[in-house]
Amino acid sequence: MSETGNMNQNNLDKEMQQSQKAYEAQEYQQVVKRHSPRPKVLRNTIMAFVVGGTICAFAQVFRNLFLGAGLVEQDASAAVVMIMVFLGALLTGLGVYDNIVKVGGAGAIVPITGFANSIVAPALEFKREGFVYGVGARMFTIAGPVLVYGFLTSIIIGLLRFILG
Amino acid sequence: MSNTKKIGKQTIRFDNPPVIVETASIVGPKEGKGPLGETFDRVVDNMYFGENSFEKAERKFIEEAIKLVVEKQKIQASDIDFLLAGDLLNQMISANFAASTLGIPFFGLYGACSTMMEGIILGSMLIDGGYASKVIAGTSSHYCSAERQYRFPVEQGVQRPMTAQWTVTGAAAFLLSAEAQGVNVSHATVGKVVDAGVKDPHDMGAAMAPAAVDTIITHLQDTGRDVGYYDLIVTGDLGAVGRAIAADLGNQQGYDFSQLEDCGVLIFDSSQDTHAGGSGCACSAVVTAGHFMQQLRAGKYKRILIVGTGALLSVTSSQQGESIPAIAHGVVLENSKNPE
Repeated sequence: MSETGNMNQNNLDKEMQQSQKAYEAQEYQQVVKRHSPRPKVLRNTIMAFVVGGTICAFAQVFRNLFLGAGLVEQDASAAVVMIMVFLGALLTGLGVYDNIVKVGGAGAIVPITGFANSIVAPALEFKREGFVYGVGARMFTIAGPVLVYGFLTSIIIGLLRFILG
Repeated sequence: MSNTKKIGKQTIRFDNPPVIVETASIVGPKEGKGPLGETFDRVVDNMYFGENSFEKAERKFIEEAIKLVVEKQKIQASDIDFLLAGDLLNQMISANFAASTLGIPFFGLYGACSTMMEGIILGSMLIDGGYASKVIAGTSSHYCSAERQYRFPVEQGVQRPMTAQWTVTGAAAFLLSAEAQGVNVSHATVGKVVDAGVKDPHDMGAAMAPAAVDTIITHLQDTGRDVGYYDLIVTGDLGAVGRAIAADLGNQQGYDFSQLEDCGVLIFDSSQDTHAGGSGCACSAVVTAGHFMQQLRAGKYKRILIVGTGALLSVTSSQQGESIPAIAHGVVLENSKNPE
């Protein structure tokens, strides 16, 4: 009887300690928040719009050129994607793309050039670890999750369409 | 057994304060262009330092710094009793590999960015305890090797938050000796690990500030001194955000930390786009070895308290949702050549 009493008391103490610690962490977060510089949301948003828009405008130019050269719409789109992935990879290799993202943020991460950057950057970085454990294994460390959840989402949407439609 | 060397809860008072007879500092290009660029012994203009990987470059930084401190003192590596060194990379590969070529009896240390002060404290204990007459303490960090281990590949496009800090590329070595007069290590306060529950790996200043404040206040209580007793109290790499938090925390406990300096704030200027400032093992190491040692030798400062701050961050525990514990070790440097 007394043993279970002790155990309950111990558990209670432990819980009290934990909640005290959580409370202190919360209080400290308030102090941290007070001194942390705010991200420049307006400037970042405008720059994302400008940089993202510029990348898309480039893609549109290529698309028009391909359509003008006589490619059908679907082929023109595929060709544009290839060109943009190539440009993203090239600019990453030249050490330029990370500077574009620094200014443009999501405007440069979301387009397919950013996807190319996320594959080429680790591939370059981990070349020292060899072509199998380095380039091969690390290439998709950042793009991998995008692919996994992209596929998963497309499967779910496909199933929904199959069931509902 | 008498225990006169320890005073208060966490502080050591050295009977015969070991002297820092020589220091060496080598930094990368960005640090060389910073406001303290002139104070370093050597600025390397290439991040690879003539090697083919960033890890090998970092190893060369620490190896060269240790060789340089030996050279400057015109002695041999074989005259050194112990080498105490560590770095940020997993299993401390920079220090271990450097030690393998130097052939000095070696203790590997990990205190994250507080490693330099940890090394100076332990080295001073070895000397004052009579176990050694010459000890080298050293550390290194490298922006690119740290980024690839802790965060993203260097060419990966990311927008760093304003609280983020820039890992200092460089290495420093301190030669401690029992003999000469000069700038000595009179007291040391060994820090406790403090976990304030910060989980953001891009906000190290916030993770470390409570540890720094804890160590400074404990030091002042243990020694019975006040803030004004020191010409300067310096923290390792809290950065601009962490320093502001530390001043706030100190204020809450009745201490005026508004004059606190921070090596991470000093090493870069605002035009260098590092956001909150510098960080990394080399941050407090090269700023102390260069700037502060020069100021102490010149007599501009007589007595300073340097608190090395380390965020004990691990990618594994951080990804598993754990908070980032931190530690801070304090060292009192005094110039014994200029008596009061």
